[in-house]
Amino acid sequence: MPKHHEASQVDEEATARLKNIAEDILLEAKRQGAEQVETAISVGQGLSVNARLGEVETIEFHKDQGVGITIYQGQKKGSASSTKFDNGSIKEMVSAACSIARYAEDDPYAGLPDKDLLATDFPDLSLHHPWALSAEQAIEQAIECENSARFYDKRISNSEGASIQTFEGTRVLANSLGFNHGYPASRHSMSCSVIGEIDGAMQRDYWYTVARKAADLESAVAVGEMAAQRTVKRLGARPISTRKCPVLFAAEVSGGLIGHFISAIRGGNLYRKSSFLLDSLQKQVFPSFINIYEQPLLPQAMGSTAYDAEGVATALRNVVSDGVVQGYVLGSYSARKLGMQSTANSGGVHNLTVQSGELNLQQLLQEMNTGLLVTELIGQGVNTLTGDYSRGAAGYWVENGEIQFPVEEVTIAGNLSDMYQSIVAVGNDVELRGNTRTGSILVSEMTLAGN
Amino acid sequence: MSDIIQQAENLILAPAGFSINDIDKVMGSLLSSSIDQADIYFQSARSESWFLEDGIVKDGNYNIEQGVGLRAVSGEKTGFAYSEELALPNLLTAAKSVRAIASHGHSTIIKPWSRNKQASLYSPVDPLSTLSSEDKVALLKRIDQQTRKLDPRIEQVTVSLIGVYEVILVATEDGRLSSDIRPLVRMNVSVIVEQNGRREQGGSGGGGRHGYEYFIEQDRAMEYAREAVRLALVNLEAVDAPAGNMTVVLGPGWPGILLHEAIGHGLEGDFNRKGSSAFSGKVGETVASSLCTVVDDGTLANRRGSLSIDDEGVPGQCTTLIENGVLKGYMQDKMNARLMGTQSTGNGRRESYAHLPLPRMTNTYMLPGKSDPADIIGSVKNGLYAVNFAGGQVDITSGKFVFSASEAYLIENGKIGKPVKGATLIGNGPDVLTKVSMVGNDLELDSGVGTCGKDGQSVPVGVGQPTLKIDSLTVGGTHA
Repeated sequence: MPKHHEASQVDEEATARLKNIAEDILLEAKRQGAEQVETAISVGQGLSVNARLGEVETIEFHKDQGVGITIYQGQKKGSASSTKFDNGSIKEMVSAACSIARYAEDDPYAGLPDKDLLATDFPDLSLHHPWALSAEQAIEQAIECENSARFYDKRISNSEGASIQTFEGTRVLANSLGFNHGYPASRHSMSCSVIGEIDGAMQRDYWYTVARKAADLESAVAVGEMAAQRTVKRLGARPISTRKCPVLFAAEVSGGLIGHFISAIRGGNLYRKSSFLLDSLQKQVFPSFINIYEQPLLPQAMGSTAYDAEGVATALRNVVSDGVVQGYVLGSYSARKLGMQSTANSGGVHNLTVQSGELNLQQLLQEMNTGLLVTELIGQGVNTLTGDYSRGAAGYWVENGEIQFPVEEVTIAGNLSDMYQSIVAVGNDVELRGNTRTGSILVSEMTLAGN
Repeated sequence: MSDIIQQAENLILAPAGFSINDIDKVMGSLLSSSIDQADIYFQSARSESWFLEDGIVKDGNYNIEQGVGLRAVSGEKTGFAYSEELALPNLLTAAKSVRAIASHGHSTIIKPWSRNKQASLYSPVDPLSTLSSEDKVALLKRIDQQTRKLDPRIEQVTVSLIGVYEVILVATEDGRLSSDIRPLVRMNVSVIVEQNGRREQGGSGGGGRHGYEYFIEQDRAMEYAREAVRLALVNLEAVDAPAGNMTVVLGPGWPGILLHEAIGHGLEGDFNRKGSSAFSGKVGETVASSLCTVVDDGTLANRRGSLSIDDEGVPGQCTTLIENGVLKGYMQDKMNARLMGTQSTGNGRRESYAHLPLPRMTNTYMLPGKSDPADIIGSVKNGLYAVNFAGGQVDITSGKFVFSASEAYLIENGKIGKPVKGATLIGNGPDVLTKVSMVGNDLELDSGVGTCGKDGQSVPVGVGQPTLKIDSLTVGGTHA
């Protein structure tokens, strides 16, 4: 078995080295005639290990690097990126960006962010916690995780394996307004996916855990058992007949529902008029008990950052209060197009949080009484321009607040405007693994299509 | 085609001062007696994109990507590392950690390199240099201006142009050096139209392994624009889609995404070796109506999904997946083929040097049948006619798949009726094709827009089919 105890390359020194390269790039761009410049540089390394049927299957050593540049000549923009940091490659990259800017056309809204919006305060968000994990240790944990799934229930018949991934990297952002900052971050995860079978029909499900700090991961046994439980519960799934009914989006899929809202109030979709939520500022999009906010500065959270992809300072921010839209999701460019100010969302939202309600999942099922609990959604059937929603779903049929049997091969459809207005409750079973933190969401009625 | 290998050497190895002799040394470090398979994959890609919106070309991007991936396989175990730097000492160290996947053994003797002389299915052109920057900008502007004249209801036009020039060189444990130069271009036009306060969108595009002249020839770029406008205007009239089980007629071409999702992924070798596919162990069984013959064909000239050689140096092939309804075989890369006691079908693909190869589709399509498409529609009393799709997804283990219609019409008494809003169609892969009762004589391939995702890796693919009648499929509309 390989030993892989490479010292962390992602220290202060690495960040300092990237900041120096960034300065060189800014200088090179100026030398080639760029008026405004922005550059981002990242390096990272990691290990991922997959074990299947009790044996190691793959060991991957990751080592990534990349650099990107955006330059402005007057109101003309050009950008370029590269995986190489040597002088020749950087000159070529800068020259390519400048060349594109020469041929691009004047765009009055193009340019770096407003200088007074740039972050000047850089709190320690505790995002970098390297995991001194050897390949052998990773394999051992992955096998332990997979075993706890495989031997959890005799109906577990096969496995796609368990995997452990650890990654750390540092990223520097610099621009010609004097911004030059970087910070290291880590991300560790463990996942497991197993297959169960009854009467010749197979089902697969999975579970995963992810954290900045290895100690915050769920245990290997817990992840494996959860994967097995979820798989076994799906065995015997069947379609049901077409009907209208309430739908409870379980916490592991409800973030997607909120994601469609964010997409509809994103600057790019607003200025292109490609959203069903145009002019929704100060409008009641959700029932009055819904509050949605960003918490960019939470220590150790997966979506934490002191500034966005352009260097604009992030802050705690209400997006929806009492069901009313308080702010859009804007970077500098879309903000200027809309005559507004950046909301520090170039590159996306940061720990978007839906205020949780008081009911747990069991209580939400009782609140729903009869309807579909959705635990998996497939397909892309969401139209941000019209709000029309139609996706493949799997989950459980619920009657009198109790799960009756697993359901598959059905679709759920509606229009997001109506779905948001008809949210009845948000659970307290908050999903913390992603960048959207929300509990399960109960929608009072959708169209279910089945057999 | 050894001149392609020479070109790859000149482009990738020479600038880094790397030689064939160095490849020898790295391969020597990768191999040991218990390593069944090993490869060194060099890749150099340059790509660009140009983007027009609000009538101006407001953005462009140029990307340089280069690196090398090292893989060693022992039985079912794979060790993998990659690097952006072509430095011999780094690669030798990486090779040792990768080789450690095998529990024991010592270095074996490497055969002298033989050069894979595979004929190329596309011209080794650098698409980025087939038009000047001025002409790229002028092309986008012309399309924008002509599109806006097509209909007064057009509010917004966006046009994008993407070109990729990719060169790969792969050295394999059997002493073969193989190389491929893969041009790829893509253009997309999308529009938003507005009528009486209702807004709808439409988009269309195409491309393949060509230079940019492809979009100018036969007025293809404007064809995409006209199609985008047509789609958007159809959507202005769309009513709520029906919900429930019904007869569905799929149009020719891009609706072949059905085959990609419903059966294609389920027939990839890795899932079948592991027994995790709903199609596992079904070779020789009837999985479709006898009207259906489906192939995966990497050998079509200049197609987006085609490969002269795959990413393991194996020539692209045409593999019959289903013949007259009977499952014939799987799509294989080298590792899964070896473990299943068969041969690679030239389907070993990877997104880049930083990703492991997997069995992946190329161009997947159904061969034409005998029915006149008009007769197929005429045979349906009540149903759905779906002609354009936005994308799809499959759970290969349960076999359940979806694909989302973006242009569809009701069929009433054998006639095409009102357009309906986009809706997801859902079915079960192993039995959906058993419900095919008519196959048209109008095979079409898609226009060159497909991208397939698997295990976080994206690769370009193609699909195609003739008009198909499926007797029963679930349509996920809102009108119950």
